[in-house]
Amino acid sequence: MSDATIAESRKLDGPLVIGDVTFTSRLIVGTGKYTTNEVMIDAIRASGAEMVTVAVRRVDLDRTREEGILHHLSPDEFFLLANTAGCYTAEDAVRYARLARAAGFNEFVKLEVIGDERTLLPDVHATLEAARTLADEGFKVMAYTNDDLITALRLEDAGCVAVMPLASPIGSGLGVVNPYFIREIKRRLEVPVIVDAGVGTASDACVTMEQGVDGVLMNTALAAADDPVRMSHAMKHAVVAGRLAFLAGRMPSREIAVPSSPTTGMLG
Amino acid sequence: MATDTATIRVRVNGKDREITRGLTVRGLLESLELHPGMVVVELNREILERDSYGETDVSPGDTLELVHFVGGG
Repeated sequence: MSDATIAESRKLDGPLVIGDVTFTSRLIVGTGKYTTNEVMIDAIRASGAEMVTVAVRRVDLDRTREEGILHHLSPDEFFLLANTAGCYTAEDAVRYARLARAAGFNEFVKLEVIGDERTLLPDVHATLEAARTLADEGFKVMAYTNDDLITALRLEDAGCVAVMPLASPIGSGLGVVNPYFIREIKRRLEVPVIVDAGVGTASDACVTMEQGVDGVLMNTALAAADDPVRMSHAMKHAVVAGRLAFLAGRMPSREIAVPSSPTTGMLG
Repeated sequence: MATDTATIRVRVNGKDREITRGLTVRGLLESLELHPGMVVVELNREILERDSYGETDVSPGDTLELVHFVGGG
């Protein structure tokens, strides 16, 4: 039933196009922090996501067997979006992006340059610098950034194919802390706006999509749920629900009641 | 000592390692039981094309980074 519901809803919405790639799901998911690879793959399939993020790290040579994620996650089934997570300088982020591209899957990179360990808030200056370099080198840059309009505009000018403001800090699960800024970024940019980071539960994803953004990216909300597979189902529906509610246009809210039933024709 | 000529010292993923002299990058990956198609190699800060692993020699003092994709958000 759920897949039929999702399929039905897709008739009411267009696809998500990022760069030159078309996606039917507006949910992008990460692959980190799952307790097992089996849970990860089941959760990702349940989410309906087509684009999944991965990180670039050294091979652990002290282990007897490779623990690369591609042993569990087929690049034929999912569109891999490599990130530059953990980078604190533009130079490092560019280096990680180049390594990711050399893996040979696609030109996309989720650019992330962190500026502060406690909040994991982005260094927007370094992010802009790296975005310009990578766009010049032909990368399709999806840039993680603050919920700041000016930075978002600059990232679009730099040639990013998507701009990804945070809902709230990475892994915080606080939901959208500034819906007004998110709405304004969406209104002002032409490239897709994907809210990345901070979603905690299904209602957060729904509220995020109700702001009119093109998609949402999450990892911890799924991986750290007690039941990641069930939460992934919930998120799939929440993203669709929020999107359709946005497209439908909500009724005005007011602080006094208005009866739903006729006030005339009451018994005397 | 025979080992002085049979091995060379290189730095792989941040650690010094003694490896067999005369290995190519492909040979090094195989000796580490790594599938060349699953690993990206940076040799002295330059990314190597995968096609060149078999014809690129590992020399004494080289610094190699062997990376792959892991779970991340």
